Amino acid sequence: MKINNIILRTVAKLVFFIILTLAVYLFFAGHNSPGGGFSGGLVLASALVLLFIVYDIETIQKGLPIDFKLVAAFGAFLSVGTGFGALVFGANFLTQAFDYFDIPFFGEIELTTVTIFEAGVALAVVGVVVTILLSISEDE
Amino acid sequence: MSTLVLAIFIPFLAAAIIPFLYKYIKNIHVGWFVILVPTGLFIYLASLIPDISGGEAIVQTINWIPSYGINITAYLDGLSLTLALLISGVGALVILYSIYYLSLKEPIGTFYTYLMLFMGAMLGVVMSDNMLVLYVFWELTSISSFLLIAFWYQRKRSREGAKKSLIITVSGGISMLVGFIMIGAMANTWSIREVIAEVASISDHALFIPALLLVLLGAFTKSAQFPFHIWLPDAMEAPTPVSAYLHSATMVKAGIYLVARFTPVFGGEAVWFWAVTGVGIFTLFWGSFNAVRQTDLKALLAYSTISQLGMIMSMFGMGSAALHLGYSDESMVYTGATFAALFHLVNHSTFKGALFMVVGVVDHSVGTRDIRRLGGLITLMPITFTIATIGSMSMAGLPPFNGFLSKEMFFISTLDITEASFFGLGTWGIIIPIVAWIASVFTFVYSTVFVVKTFLGPYKEEKLEHPAHEPKPGMLISPIVLGLLVIIFFFVPNVIGKNLITPAMSGIFPTFAAEGADLGTDIYAWHGFEPELFMTIGVVLFGALLFFSRKYWSGIYNLFPEKRSINVFYGFVLDQMEDKSTVITNKYMTRYLRDYMVYIFAFFILVVGGTFIYTEAYQFTLPENATISVFEWLIVLSMMATGITILFAQSRLTAIVLNSILGFGIAILFVLLRAPDLALTQTVIEAVTTVLFLVAYYFLPELEKENTSKKTKSINLFISIGVGVVFTAVALGVQGNRGFDTISGFFENSYELAGGNNMVNAILGDFRAFDTMLEVVVLLIAGIGIYTMIRVKAKKESDQIEDK
Repeated sequence: MKINNIILRTVAKLVFFIILTLAVYLFFAGHNSPGGGFSGGLVLASALVLLFIVYDIETIQKGLPIDFKLVAAFGAFLSVGTGFGALVFGANFLTQAFDYFDIPFFGEIELTTVTIFEAGVALAVVGVVVTILLSISEDE
Repeated sequence: MSTLVLAIFIPFLAAAIIPFLYKYIKNIHVGWFVILVPTGLFIYLASLIPDISGGEAIVQTINWIPSYGINITAYLDGLSLTLALLISGVGALVILYSIYYLSLKEPIGTFYTYLMLFMGAMLGVVMSDNMLVLYVFWELTSISSFLLIAFWYQRKRSREGAKKSLIITVSGGISMLVGFIMIGAMANTWSIREVIAEVASISDHALFIPALLLVLLGAFTKSAQFPFHIWLPDAMEAPTPVSAYLHSATMVKAGIYLVARFTPVFGGEAVWFWAVTGVGIFTLFWGSFNAVRQTDLKALLAYSTISQLGMIMSMFGMGSAALHLGYSDESMVYTGATFAALFHLVNHSTFKGALFMVVGVVDHSVGTRDIRRLGGLITLMPITFTIATIGSMSMAGLPPFNGFLSKEMFFISTLDITEASFFGLGTWGIIIPIVAWIASVFTFVYSTVFVVKTFLGPYKEEKLEHPAHEPKPGMLISPIVLGLLVIIFFFVPNVIGKNLITPAMSGIFPTFAAEGADLGTDIYAWHGFEPELFMTIGVVLFGALLFFSRKYWSGIYNLFPEKRSINVFYGFVLDQMEDKSTVITNKYMTRYLRDYMVYIFAFFILVVGGTFIYTEAYQFTLPENATISVFEWLIVLSMMATGITILFAQSRLTAIVLNSILGFGIAILFVLLRAPDLALTQTVIEAVTTVLFLVAYYFLPELEKENTSKKTKSINLFISIGVGVVFTAVALGVQGNRGFDTISGFFENSYELAGGNNMVNAILGDFRAFDTMLEVVVLLIAGIGIYTMIRVKAKKESDQIEDK
């Protein structure tokens, strides 16, 4: 029996991008208000999970040919790497630096190494969640 | 710049890069890139010789965990530099040799990765001033040695040899760690230099002798001293470059280094003197005695290494006697033993490295190392023969090779020590030179066996796998270099003596150096007709006699049959431990998830509940709490109803959905209690886990009614009520009990300290980023674990590879 889920598919296409935007927003908002790498990553993962549920896995993998194991590994690498990055500048392991910069048009912007660290967290979360989901669902 | 600390980490960096080089550069042997690392390090370290030999020491620190005083402090004095030069110098030669030894068909990428890991770890051991950092590097050398011994892991003997070496050296390492912690507790510092400075105040401490014994245990296991030597012969399953590098020139010297490094702390104690000298001298004898009976060339060299390590060890023991007396003309005599020990340490690396490489060449050429099949190679492999002779004669202590110089100095030290009147040496001291001399006779015998049996006598081509021939010239470069060093060191020994060993001496006898003592010794080949010369002549005469009458006295080895050896005892203990622990484990590992949950919850009730009652933390007052609003009541009540409904769910799907209601209920509570971060995370987590549950649900069988006995049911009821009660009590008790001052005030400044207003994230990403980082790593490991468990299935053929 083929389930007719045309409404779900149509909505999912739209909602996917809304969730994606939310994920990006949460990721950057995390510095000063609720959000952050972990929740941003989770939201992003849930957007992908939605796609995997609504469409079948093959379709999504064709459209998004990403090896999520590598995403997870790269995320962990970024997080650990920022720790060692601090050593290069003579600071203690995992010291995070931040400063405020005046950038034309955007005004004053704070740039910080926590962003890189959190990006690692987010990528690791996305990678691991999708990897687990795909491993379980593709098992025969 | 912390170039010295960097030097320790360069091999590790190389280890990370090698796999990529190996993967993408196919037609060039990776060894050619790898060899740059030790060569570069050797040149850099050699450039420091002028500073160090002037009596300076270089100290550089990179903070690691400063709040616990654990920092990566690179400390380079004469002793460290001597060993570091050996590690990088012999390392470069061994890699050059291995380029010709290992063909491109072997997984050389892994080989060089392990080798670089080892090199970095070993440099870390000899250059670390912090005891805990030293310990970390120490265990890393054990692990990389394990990986290298098991390089041909398809062979059963390789795997067993690797396991044995790991078990013995790591157990020793752990006891050493306990010793270090004791020293740290006594001296209140992890820095070896500071411990040495404070030694007067800790030497009467009750833990001083236990710490001494534990540190020695670590040193003895690593340096293969009797009775822990049994791992070294089995480690010879490793590729020959590894045997030459780790198991004769460097890693096994780590224990000796440790003894030398801690001589200023423990030296002067009678226990230290007798343990180090006694074990060393007995190992010297036992190793050389057993080497004679070996038929495998590598096993012969393994026992000879054990013996030589024992000799160096015993010299450090005899040298430590000087510290017992304090600085005086009399005590200065004993420091000669330490000087000889350091000199022999260098010499041994040169001649034993050359000999191991020779064995590799022979093995490579004719396909066997069994002396019963070898013979007559002298005409076919003349260059190899020459190197073997140089190495063996140096090992036997004959001129004009460097082994002669250090052997003579060894004899002088054993004679000097008999004249001492402390530590009971007046009565027992005479044993030392006698045992030393007997052992040296055996050393002469096995050195002769090595050369004569391999290169002289009839050539038996029918017993060999390939006809004998000299290898490619490249393979001979490294042994030739080492062989030349053996001769050069004989003629200009004082170059090393002045520039490396004398500064090393002032590190071992800092109190003497502070008094302005001249710790250097001039090395002469000719001492005149002194007792030590007669001892050497005696060694040669009796050795030759024993060699030719070998078949008449070799029956003596039947007194030590294989079935009563330490090896068998070791195997017996290991088997027993495995059997007994299997029995115990099978008792509680029932393979029922239900039982495991019972353990977890019972533990929770007993430990958490017990602590709660023990600390009387269960008092709480309800009136102080905030009032509960209608919304909160509604949510909590519906969650309670859901929780109870789960128990009666007839299908898994219902249970999963109900479970997620509980999760979302918590998320709403977080919103009401003004915790937006938690609410956000909880919502998403709940959504994702529900999907994961549903995916897994597809594979699960239908939910069936379980037929459980009354007894099980009542236990379950008791446990569930117990967990609920304990948890509620903890939740309520948390309010009224503060064991420590609150630290949340610190985090309120998150905007100034971390540049972010979100305190939670500032904690996660900055204040406690270490936790987060490790959580990310753990998450990755869990993900990979699930992936491999489900997706990577063992192939059928893999069973056959095992147990070859």
